[in-house]
Amino acid sequence: MNNSIIETDICVIGAGHAGCEAALAAARLGFKVTIFTVSVESIAMMPCNPNIGGTSKGHLVRELDALGGEMGVNIDKSFIQSKMLNASKGPAVHSLRAQADKSVYTLNMRKVLENTEGITIKQGEVCEILTEEVDGVNTVCGVKIYTGTIYKCKAAIICSGTYLNSRCLCGESITYTGPNGLQSATHLGESLTKLGIGLRRFKTGTPARMDKRSLDFSKMEIQYGDERVVPFSFTTDPESVQIEQVPVYMTYTNEETHKIIRANLDRSPIYAGIIEGTGPRYCPSIEDKVVKFADKERHQVFIEPEGLYTNEMYVGGMSSSMPEDVQIAMYHTVPGLENAVIVRNAYAIEYDCLCPGELTLSLELKKVSGLFSAGQFNGSSGYEEAAAQGLMAGINAARKLSDLDPVILTRSDAYIGVLIDDLVTLENNEPYRMMTSRAEYRLMLRQDNADLRLTKIGHDIGLISDERYEKFELKKQMIEDEIDRLKNTFVGANAKVQEFLKSMNSSPLKTAFSLADLMCRQELDYELIAPIDPDRKPLPSDVKEQVYIQIKYEGYIEKQLQQINHFKKLENKKLSSDIDYNEISSLRLEARQKLNKFKPENIGQASRISGVTPADISVLLVYLTQKK
Amino acid sequence: MDTYRLDDPICAISSGLAPSGIGIVRMSGEGCIDIAEKIIKLKNGKLSDKESHTIHYGHIYDGDKMVDEIMVILMRAPHTYTKEDVVEINCHGGPYIMNKILYLLAGNGARIADRGEFTKRAFLNGRIDLSKAEAVMDLIASESEYAASNSISQIEGSLYKEIVSIREDLLYNIAYIEAGLDDPEHIDLDEYQETLVSKVKEIILRVDKLISSYDNGKIIKEGITTGIIGKPNVGKSSLLNYLVGHERAIVTDVAGTTRDTVEETVNLDGILLKLIDTAGIRESSDVVEAIGINKAKEIYENADLILLLLDNSVGITEEDKKLLGLINNKKAIILINKTDVDNKIEESEIKSFLEDDNNVHIVEISVKNNIGVDKISNIIKEMFYNDEIKYNDEVCISNVRHKTLLDEAKAHLEEVINAVMDGVPEDIYSVDMYISYAKLGEIIGMDTGEDVVNEIFSKFCMGK
Repeated sequence: MNNSIIETDICVIGAGHAGCEAALAAARLGFKVTIFTVSVESIAMMPCNPNIGGTSKGHLVRELDALGGEMGVNIDKSFIQSKMLNASKGPAVHSLRAQADKSVYTLNMRKVLENTEGITIKQGEVCEILTEEVDGVNTVCGVKIYTGTIYKCKAAIICSGTYLNSRCLCGESITYTGPNGLQSATHLGESLTKLGIGLRRFKTGTPARMDKRSLDFSKMEIQYGDERVVPFSFTTDPESVQIEQVPVYMTYTNEETHKIIRANLDRSPIYAGIIEGTGPRYCPSIEDKVVKFADKERHQVFIEPEGLYTNEMYVGGMSSSMPEDVQIAMYHTVPGLENAVIVRNAYAIEYDCLCPGELTLSLELKKVSGLFSAGQFNGSSGYEEAAAQGLMAGINAARKLSDLDPVILTRSDAYIGVLIDDLVTLENNEPYRMMTSRAEYRLMLRQDNADLRLTKIGHDIGLISDERYEKFELKKQMIEDEIDRLKNTFVGANAKVQEFLKSMNSSPLKTAFSLADLMCRQELDYELIAPIDPDRKPLPSDVKEQVYIQIKYEGYIEKQLQQINHFKKLENKKLSSDIDYNEISSLRLEARQKLNKFKPENIGQASRISGVTPADISVLLVYLTQKK
Repeated sequence: MDTYRLDDPICAISSGLAPSGIGIVRMSGEGCIDIAEKIIKLKNGKLSDKESHTIHYGHIYDGDKMVDEIMVILMRAPHTYTKEDVVEINCHGGPYIMNKILYLLAGNGARIADRGEFTKRAFLNGRIDLSKAEAVMDLIASESEYAASNSISQIEGSLYKEIVSIREDLLYNIAYIEAGLDDPEHIDLDEYQETLVSKVKEIILRVDKLISSYDNGKIIKEGITTGIIGKPNVGKSSLLNYLVGHERAIVTDVAGTTRDTVEETVNLDGILLKLIDTAGIRESSDVVEAIGINKAKEIYENADLILLLLDNSVGITEEDKKLLGLINNKKAIILINKTDVDNKIEESEIKSFLEDDNNVHIVEISVKNNIGVDKISNIIKEMFYNDEIKYNDEVCISNVRHKTLLDEAKAHLEEVINAVMDGVPEDIYSVDMYISYAKLGEIIGMDTGEDVVNEIFSKFCMGK
């Protein structure tokens, strides 16, 4: 057989949210990228919920944007409703979430991909990763697609999502497809296994889609977007996102719903034991909710539009793998859904993904040089988690080809750092979802300061233009100047100030106070003290926001910065990947096994592996000192 | 969340806790001089102004209260054992004083060192030959294993259960907040603050109770309430004088809380004894006045420890039998005094008058000739510092460690209350709750791991 051979630099396998970011980053860094997808129509497809962002996921998108990723820009062009979640809570947990018009999102991303220099889109299933020995190391040299054509490359990035050996379950009916009936990838898994890469089985699910015309919205609560929309991307003009938004609706399950579910549990593939994969606790199916939270009388159900050009509505909160007849019966018990016409059934999907311990922090696989991976294949869940990994994998594949050190964000740099560190270091027995409670330095890792944290890194990598960087530097300067001014502008205990404080129910001054100190009072803030700050110059709202947050939370921020200092000392103590921990006899047996399995890259990472104790870390420190 | 620290100030008792003339408490690491200065007043000048490798005279203070007179050695980095700043406090020996100093240092920012930690630092900072690495690693491994098993095994079942239960409560509330922050559409926090404040106050009370009831903690702080009982002329006042004369550090005369009792606190080989009703004893030696059985009952009720004296020269009298009959379950030491004369009392005879001899020790002494009295302190240590395990350094140090952890857990919970009052957002004070949770976990050797995430998923129904 004569196989065609095509030369490229980097192959990206899969064109979901991870694949798109990976391809764009690598191409923008100057490499020839071929991105493979089983269907060009499914580029950047959103096969589950019609949202981008949400708590902590919104953080990921903003960080990705600050580093030069695409998702933030793309959702700003494709959203139909937007909200800042937790707006009444502390700034660290404010999170943007947008309703996306799914088809517009997909089309916009496809357009960007198609028009980015260096990217070739190829429809076809990748069946094999080709490797060769380079200096004794198994190294990627190409990929082979189903037709036999070989794409020679120096790096490949697996972004196979839920497509690897996937099967969809809807009650007794099982189809061996990817999401939405798309072709599953059935050969790649075997090739990976041959390379010695461990795979395991995960599961996730999605609810039904219903015809809008069959729903009675008068029985539901209505929810609108924010009056003033904040864009995801730092590059988006805030005025351009003040569009007319569409509402979403909320209704509830009831005892009748739960009765039907309980009566049919034996027909649920999960409870009948047909599904082997582990599902995410974060997105439980309605069956799970009813069984595990039996005392809850009702569960919320969100009815969200899939887009402006379709009547399909997403039924959030009721994902299921029940047979179709049970689905119809249970959905029909919900107020407003009595006559619902189901366009697409809810289903569960099982797929292959990486075993823990296979990845390095740069997202390169340990066993094959030049082979990277991102997204659900790495055991995560969610579009945003996938996109963030895709970006980093794309950057690091490109850097490897340029002979540069990988860019590794730490847990104190970004949610992206937390995400990747957790995926690489923990066992994670379910699809991993980002959560704010996973970020120990979350007070520093706010969505509002993602640009301040990461734009410089993005610029150094080469994904942030000089023009954008200069603009950013200007913003940074404005923030610093204004904070400086507020700390050094003192107001005395004069009549005007006392009068003002009285009007604000704030206690009068005995001595001179800086404006910054006044702002820290619980009842005051930056805007409120304007009347006693005549020298104030007009500033952009994002600058004002930073000034306010940085002054108001200064004490807490300082404390966190100290913790970060201690944290960094351990992260900076590097561990070589060729240490054989079995030879360090003072380590406990469990620690030796775990350390050999995960091969942590530094002492900090080692300390986060479950089963490694502080005493083991002490032993490692002594060992390191001896080896130096 | 608790980061493993490399150079934070650590402290330890380096002389051992066994009663001895001089005890040494040592501290090493960044900031240890500042910490020492918080509790030490030098006779001349300030410790932080002194030259390296100098020794100074001063006193340790707990707030306004003087604790001990000391000599302190200041050694600045790098010419020290650990190559870090080191402060060495030479104080009076004995567990009470040394534990107290350790506790004060811990309360002012030092961490109680893990076993072998000074040596580890000495190695990491290049003070110990690299060829000794294996030995240092082995030391760390074996010491930590020993400390961990010892520290946990000495926690009483009830204490363990209470800490587990407090942690469960805390974890639920942390998870509630975190679930609300992660899924505001399913879990509403708006009404939660009030509930939280009352919950946290409740938890603080429980932690407080642990702090105050902490077995040895209380005994270390307040001493063992001890009553001396015996018929007239049996030698009570001689024993009292022996005990008072024997003490080396602190004697205080405090008017007791009950009418006509006088308390004297004596330090017997590092054990603090609070002697009650010494007035009666002193009087009885002058005015020959029989100690009434009702008075004896009162003393039995109030004391943690009874020292009952019997007169070997006369044997067991009817009065003695009554006093023995009262012991019933109380910790007691029966002292057969005047053993310089012929034996008239047998142990088995004494036991026959006891309802229960589980907590009773019998010793033959002669106060007059100073025979056997030195055994008393060891017996008390056995009886009080731990019921099951032999009294040792590890037990005492981990007690200070546990109490320090309880203090810290409480302080972070108080932070939560203050934060809520000051309008600080949830995501900030929930961290204090988490630290508190972690500190309590350290006491019983439990990791935090992914507890919060697991609790969120098991207790709260969330997600799309």
